[in-house]
Amino acid sequence: MTLATYTFDAIIIGAGGAGMRAALALAESGSQVALVSKVFPTRSHTVSAQGGITCALGNVHPDDWRWHMYDTVKGSDYIGDQDCIEYMCEVGPQVVYELEHMGLPFSRLDNGRIYQRPFGGQSKDFGGEQAARTCAAADRTGHALLHTLYQRNIAEKTNVFSEWYALDLVKATDGQGFAGILAIHIETGETVLMRARAIIFATGGAGRIYQSTTNALINTGDGIGMAIRAGLPIQDIEMWQFHPTGIAGAGVLVTEGCRGEGGYLINKDGERFMERYAPHAKDLASRDVVARAMSLELRAGNGYDINGVKCVKLKLDHLGADLINSRLPGIRELSITFAGVDPIREPIPVVPTCHYMMGGIPTNRLGQVVTVDYKGNDQVLEGLYAVGECACVSVHGANRLGGNSLLDLVVFGRAAGLDVKEKLHELPLKDVGDAEIEAALSRLNRWDNAREGESVSQIRFEMQKTMQEDFGVFRTGEHMQEGLDKLLQLQQRLHHAAFQDHSRVFNTSRIEALELDNLMATALATAHAAIYRTESRGAHSREDFPKRDDANWLTHTVYHGESHRMSKRAVNMKPLHMKPFEPKERVY
Amino acid sequence: MSEAMQSVKFKIYRFNPEVDAKPYMQEYELNIPANQDMMLLEAILRIKAMDDSLAFRRSCREGVCGSDGMNINGRNGLACVTLLSSLKQPIELRPLPGLPVIRDLIVDMTAFFKQYEKIKPYLINNEPLPTKERLQSPAERKKLDGLYECILCACCSTSCPSFWWNPDKFVGPAGLLQAYRFIADSRDTATAERLEALTDPFSVFRCRGVMNCVEVCPKGLNPTRAIGHIRSELLAEGN
Amino acid sequence: MVRSATSLTGNGVRDWLWQRVSAVILALYTVFILGFIWSTPQLDYVVWFQFFHHIGVKLFSILAAFSLLVHAWVGMWTILTDYVKPACVRLTLEMLVMIALFVYFVAAIVIVWSV
Repeated sequence: MTLATYTFDAIIIGAGGAGMRAALALAESGSQVALVSKVFPTRSHTVSAQGGITCALGNVHPDDWRWHMYDTVKGSDYIGDQDCIEYMCEVGPQVVYELEHMGLPFSRLDNGRIYQRPFGGQSKDFGGEQAARTCAAADRTGHALLHTLYQRNIAEKTNVFSEWYALDLVKATDGQGFAGILAIHIETGETVLMRARAIIFATGGAGRIYQSTTNALINTGDGIGMAIRAGLPIQDIEMWQFHPTGIAGAGVLVTEGCRGEGGYLINKDGERFMERYAPHAKDLASRDVVARAMSLELRAGNGYDINGVKCVKLKLDHLGADLINSRLPGIRELSITFAGVDPIREPIPVVPTCHYMMGGIPTNRLGQVVTVDYKGNDQVLEGLYAVGECACVSVHGANRLGGNSLLDLVVFGRAAGLDVKEKLHELPLKDVGDAEIEAALSRLNRWDNAREGESVSQIRFEMQKTMQEDFGVFRTGEHMQEGLDKLLQLQQRLHHAAFQDHSRVFNTSRIEALELDNLMATALATAHAAIYRTESRGAHSREDFPKRDDANWLTHTVYHGESHRMSKRAVNMKPLHMKPFEPKERVY
Repeated sequence: MSEAMQSVKFKIYRFNPEVDAKPYMQEYELNIPANQDMMLLEAILRIKAMDDSLAFRRSCREGVCGSDGMNINGRNGLACVTLLSSLKQPIELRPLPGLPVIRDLIVDMTAFFKQYEKIKPYLINNEPLPTKERLQSPAERKKLDGLYECILCACCSTSCPSFWWNPDKFVGPAGLLQAYRFIADSRDTATAERLEALTDPFSVFRCRGVMNCVEVCPKGLNPTRAIGHIRSELLAEGN
Repeated sequence: MVRSATSLTGNGVRDWLWQRVSAVILALYTVFILGFIWSTPQLDYVVWFQFFHHIGVKLFSILAAFSLLVHAWVGMWTILTDYVKPACVRLTLEMLVMIALFVYFVAAIVIVWSV
């Protein structure tokens, strides 16, 4: 098997916020970097982030990164790694200033400083009053951030492989780590081998395992699938965030910034029900708390019914046209387009909607991938990194705070890029043999040679339905087991599925088939991990185990794909510069 | 049990260079519940579930990533924010005009991105960096509204006759909107050099004020106005 | 920056200005001539001859002819660069237009000056 071979110093898979920030960190090193993305960089899902990027700039009130750290640890329901959260919150302001220096068009306060708005789960002074810590570019912060990073990459002449699909990791001949990746040039259908000293996963989330999601159609867990097939562990993958405000029916996100600006949720009686569930923080409680409260309201029959979709409503009309037009113009546009409702006049119908994958490929503070054995012992894999949503650093633990995902992207994208830059000369270019390439190609060959079989879209539909029904906001062991059984059957069917179009030029059906392998791998990992964790914590809410169980589960879960086995890994409770935050009951 | 259904008719431009000597229009019929409306993208995704050889780009499905720009009943737009009910049948879908077709509804956007890169779409400021953010007043920041929101979908540039005739020389509405985004940014110090680079007879001055760009922009932006601002600044600078 | 040797000034701003200034001159000249025709009850050869005999009218007419040259060249050059892509064909056409415009201009001077 001879494939065209390209050799680089580093390969970054994914050109969202994390991948492009990593590329920038490497750009000045003069090394050869390939930024491989299945879509043109500004089509990446970071573009959809709305509300902002959280860090303690203190532009609106005196602030301290330690307060941000406290909120993040509490928000994570205490299974976020405190050394990493400490690093993220401490370096956050610097990283945001860098973005501003790159030209990100942040909204501004009257004194010319970056505008910051209140977001859920934010407090001053370790759990005190509501803080305003989320830096925003109106309600298009992700768009502004992604475009700014892409623009900087143009300035630095980064080598972008746009519309190239990463197929799989290729193992090194000596069995020590990975020599490179296989990638498909979508336009020509050609498969090539890309070798490099360092590989950075920045492949984003996998929200498309659910039927109703705020995620882009491209969020198919490609990194998770690749990692599992390469024998790498996946951590805390049962933790899926349901965002309280997805537009009912459409799934399109409505930023938490709406509530930060003073909007609130109402049930069909017009009651501001969050006052009952979170008397202190109300609508700005953590997302898991609000999503559960909404689900309970709907279950109690307190929801609206819009064309058969049960929902509550997000009221903004009391904020006035000026504020909505200046701070939330994108939300107004989305609401008019997807709900037929102008929020200046009427509340927006919303439901909790799958939004974010807290779990992923376990890494340390530098973004280096960590393998974990069944006993929970860590080992750093030199030369392999994961950043952004596909990684589980873990800074989000069991529940991510709003505004922390964009921060995670740029902080750890940058950290990984800098670490690669520093270590590049020590990292070897590993050898690769035909056997390793054949192994990595076998999946593609299976699809390419399959002429008859069930369609990809049918299996994808059933998988999404199963995830939606059995692994939603509230979970029970019984339903999850049923769900897992269905997923296992679906996986068997997937082995015999086929697509009809076997042409080479821009064959999107071929890519969708490969993506479904990754979605299925992510869904199965989720199912196994969710059944394994017999407690309720953060976004993982089990009706058969309604309490948090720190004695047994103050821990990461680790999924080992080759055996479907689960194990535990200790949470890091040792920040470098301060005393750890001990687990407390989590009230808002 | 039988729900009332409606059939929606489509004519879609098809071309696969491996198989087809020349492009053709293929007819499709999609059955959906009679009382149901949906975005055009959703309908095309359903057509693809029936015929997986149909190729098009898509990503965010909410009008912010700019992937699914196409020519819909003769007018450029994003499929994901166009309601089926707003379209006359048969719904004719073609690739964005003026760019080479790779396959079906997918065009080669190289010429478009080249023009974008040409205007140096990044902040230039060689002054020493402050330790915190550069200050910018809300009024200065407001000048960027209506400019920075561009999603690079190419609906504007590919509806512009001047861009059709000179895609290699005329920067086009999308590129010029971004050129002005940086000219207008109070933090950018390269205004003179940016303007200097646009003084030739093609880059800006091929704009004839046809305003197709304004008409089709799915984000409601106004490249013609930005081009007018650039022209005024060029004249004021006396280039 | 796109190089273009054959445009009027090689500079978009100046081309653009020339085209507009020449248009204004042509408009003024048109108003001037029409005004003369309207305000003259009996327009015969003698009146016409005397009118053009005036040095100011001669200069204004030559200026107008020059403006027409400039205006037409900027316009024709733009149209040719828009629609005629093969360089040799375009350059030939540009040359023909240039020659024609120049001949018209010289002819205009000869005629007006001979009055």
